[in-house]
Amino acid sequence: MIREVVFNLNGETAVWNGGPAARLLDALRDGFRNTGVKCGCREGECGACAVILDGMLVNSCMVAMGRAGGSEVMTIEGYKKTERFAALDKSFASVSAVQCGFCTPGMVLAAECLLRENPRPDEGEIRAGISGNLCRCTGYNAIVKAISSAAKDGEGLW
Amino acid sequence: MNIKESVIKSDHAMKITGEAVYVADHPTDGMLFGRLLRSSKARARVLDVRLPALPDGYLYADKNDVPGANKVKIVLDDTPVFADGTVEFIGDPIGLLMGPDEDTVNRLLERIEVEYEGLPPVLSIEDSDTVFFDYTYAKGNTDKAFAEADHIFEEEFRTGLQEHAYLETNGLIARPDGGRITVHGSLQCPYYVQGAVANAMGFEPDRVQIKYDTTGGAFGGKEDYPSILAAQAAVAAYKAGKPVRVIFGRREDMEFTSKRHPSKCGYKAAVKDGRVTAMDIDVKYNAGAYTTLSKVVLQRGIICACGVYNIQNLAVRGRAYKTNTVPNGAFRGFGGPQPFFAVEMMMSHIARNLGVEPLAFKERHVAAQGDVTSTGGRFHFPVPILLMIEQVAKACNFREKREAYKNQTGTRRKGIGMSLCYHGAGFTGAGERDLIKAVAKLRKYPDNKVEVLTANTDMGQGLNTTFAKIVANELKIPMHDIIIANPDTDRVPDSGPTVASRSIMVVGELLRRAAVRLREQWADGGEQLVEERFKEPGYVIPFDLEKFQGDAYPTYSWAVNAVELEADTLTGTVKVLGAYGSFDVGTPIDRNIVTGQMEGGTMQGIGFASMERMAVDGSGKIRGNSLSDYIIPTSLDIPNLQCMLYEEEYPEGPYGAKGAGELPAVGAAGAYIEAIEQALGDVRVNHIPFTAEDAIEILHKEPSL
Repeated sequence: MIREVVFNLNGETAVWNGGPAARLLDALRDGFRNTGVKCGCREGECGACAVILDGMLVNSCMVAMGRAGGSEVMTIEGYKKTERFAALDKSFASVSAVQCGFCTPGMVLAAECLLRENPRPDEGEIRAGISGNLCRCTGYNAIVKAISSAAKDGEGLW
Repeated sequence: MNIKESVIKSDHAMKITGEAVYVADHPTDGMLFGRLLRSSKARARVLDVRLPALPDGYLYADKNDVPGANKVKIVLDDTPVFADGTVEFIGDPIGLLMGPDEDTVNRLLERIEVEYEGLPPVLSIEDSDTVFFDYTYAKGNTDKAFAEADHIFEEEFRTGLQEHAYLETNGLIARPDGGRITVHGSLQCPYYVQGAVANAMGFEPDRVQIKYDTTGGAFGGKEDYPSILAAQAAVAAYKAGKPVRVIFGRREDMEFTSKRHPSKCGYKAAVKDGRVTAMDIDVKYNAGAYTTLSKVVLQRGIICACGVYNIQNLAVRGRAYKTNTVPNGAFRGFGGPQPFFAVEMMMSHIARNLGVEPLAFKERHVAAQGDVTSTGGRFHFPVPILLMIEQVAKACNFREKREAYKNQTGTRRKGIGMSLCYHGAGFTGAGERDLIKAVAKLRKYPDNKVEVLTANTDMGQGLNTTFAKIVANELKIPMHDIIIANPDTDRVPDSGPTVASRSIMVVGELLRRAAVRLREQWADGGEQLVEERFKEPGYVIPFDLEKFQGDAYPTYSWAVNAVELEADTLTGTVKVLGAYGSFDVGTPIDRNIVTGQMEGGTMQGIGFASMERMAVDGSGKIRGNSLSDYIIPTSLDIPNLQCMLYEEEYPEGPYGAKGAGELPAVGAAGAYIEAIEQALGDVRVNHIPFTAEDAIEILHKEPSL
């Protein structure tokens, strides 16, 4: 029986003792106080809890801690310190793409994963890239615009 | 500063970094987790509740623990804090179980046995024999108009439940504090919650402190509901002597909190010489088990039932029926989207019956400045609808496409439709003057920073930014010298609830006036307090709620929507090719913010018409209780969404601003369905949501296809 899950959280070693069956979402929020990871549904539908696990965007509510062992996890708490975040932060701000903010951390991480794969996406590719993240406030236009302009202005970052 | 120019939203940084504190983000040390014990029956007597042995630290609270009235004060007070003898819908709260470990609370909750004596539930408007509210009003002489009519047309329209689906579910924390109770969390209206908690606790209001936490979307879904949850959490926390946190899971939130009222609207219209001379309208709303906000939702609904049209003779009746389903309440548009869908389809169908293009027919009937409103008030200001139609028509080549999409063959067929609507800005009738009596304050500190003191909340709509902009603009000081702390009833006056698209128009104007006065008496380095109170504009014809006569609203915001789509006649699926809108909210206090509101609201309006179907089974249980079963639009569903602004300045609002937030959710359904009708071959559709299954049903009836 695994008792301890060791993983890398935002560049630092993290040790989880709450058992391998716990959800990554709960471990991140309750165990490591990464409350920028939002809980919107706990069933993998909304994307508010999205984090980056070994380079892939995942809904952290759908990942058991056992799966996170040995992995690298990045949340908004880590990502916000990066240069790429700064580019997205600026572009989201310039078009007021943040309304209630509950989907925003997950949306920003979705943008990062999209741009990492495809540094110059067209509008359709951006829409597909964030289609796993629900937003009920914006109608998505501003978010799509923000990602597009971050890709352009952040030339070379991705 | 040009007030329209966009600034970086004041809440941007804290939200995008994940640092904003929503209710679930507070540390839970020393806190109890609460879960509601909910009825599994739609209608029953509760004979017994048998609890398992509760471990130390675990407690159960119910009606016997309510120190004040076991009633939640909303508009009326028929909603119990906890069920008293009977349950009226599946999910009706019976009690609250709480304890230090969340999983243990969940396990214990499942072991509670409730003994019911079931009664036959009433689930539909047709089966209901309890009418909560029944209003009628009239204009002109409908009998005469019908007697003289060339044609009389009659149709019925239905709309379904719509779920807010804010990304953050409802949740609150209640903390007992000496002789007081503090409740904080996700909410729109701190003073509504204060009133409800005080009533349930039997406290004077000053013993109840309500604080707002960053709120992750609301759309009306956190207008009345937090009053209910706060009363329950406060009673529980008072019993436990410890803080109690109740945060709903998604399914709990979707199944058991308020939604948009399902409706059934009957329209009978008289046509004489190609004009609609009279309408006899019968609006019916399914209120659910308790009255909550149905009274005021229904009032707004019947007032706008003849749409943007100048109909000389009207007879309108509106009823809200009790059923054993979840109580329906406020949802962006507040009773407006249902009759606007109905009247737009009615006008479109009459035009087609007469062999006229619907848009041309509607244009002939649009009200103008100076015309008498449905309730004998006046449209005091310009009605820019005809100009806005041109703006939208140009953006999407409406008339050309409408012509081109006639008589299509092939599997995929296109359609385009247009709808017109308004939203009455602010409270209905004299509510603002007689009930709310808003007060707003500005406090200047010795360091020359100025704090905005209002009870209005930012749930994403940008209020903290726009309020700060207004004050900074008048005082000619930088935005960062304006302080807006989260509303806290201990610190802010009652500037009214954050509802009815009133915040900028009413409270924003109070702040502007306060800022003007503060500027005049500005004393560097001193501490100053300025207060402004609501005054009704002089031109308003007083509204008589008994007779539904007078100006129901001081002014109106206007919208024109167009939707272009393509239907696959094999599968019934529909792709939205474009959604276009023009919106007159007066002067936009920040273009980005207003555009974002219009885009988000339009998407909700199209969802309401199309994919957002919340199924209820024969026992009264909501089946569409998850984001897998109740579908809201994703980034792929409405890719080409173009929202434009038309600025008709309102002289009584700050810099010409009027109501904005709800308008975009009111009218889109009519445009979507008119486009569907064209794409499917001039069919008639009388209900929403209209899904692929509905399309298939219609197509199978159509032998020509």
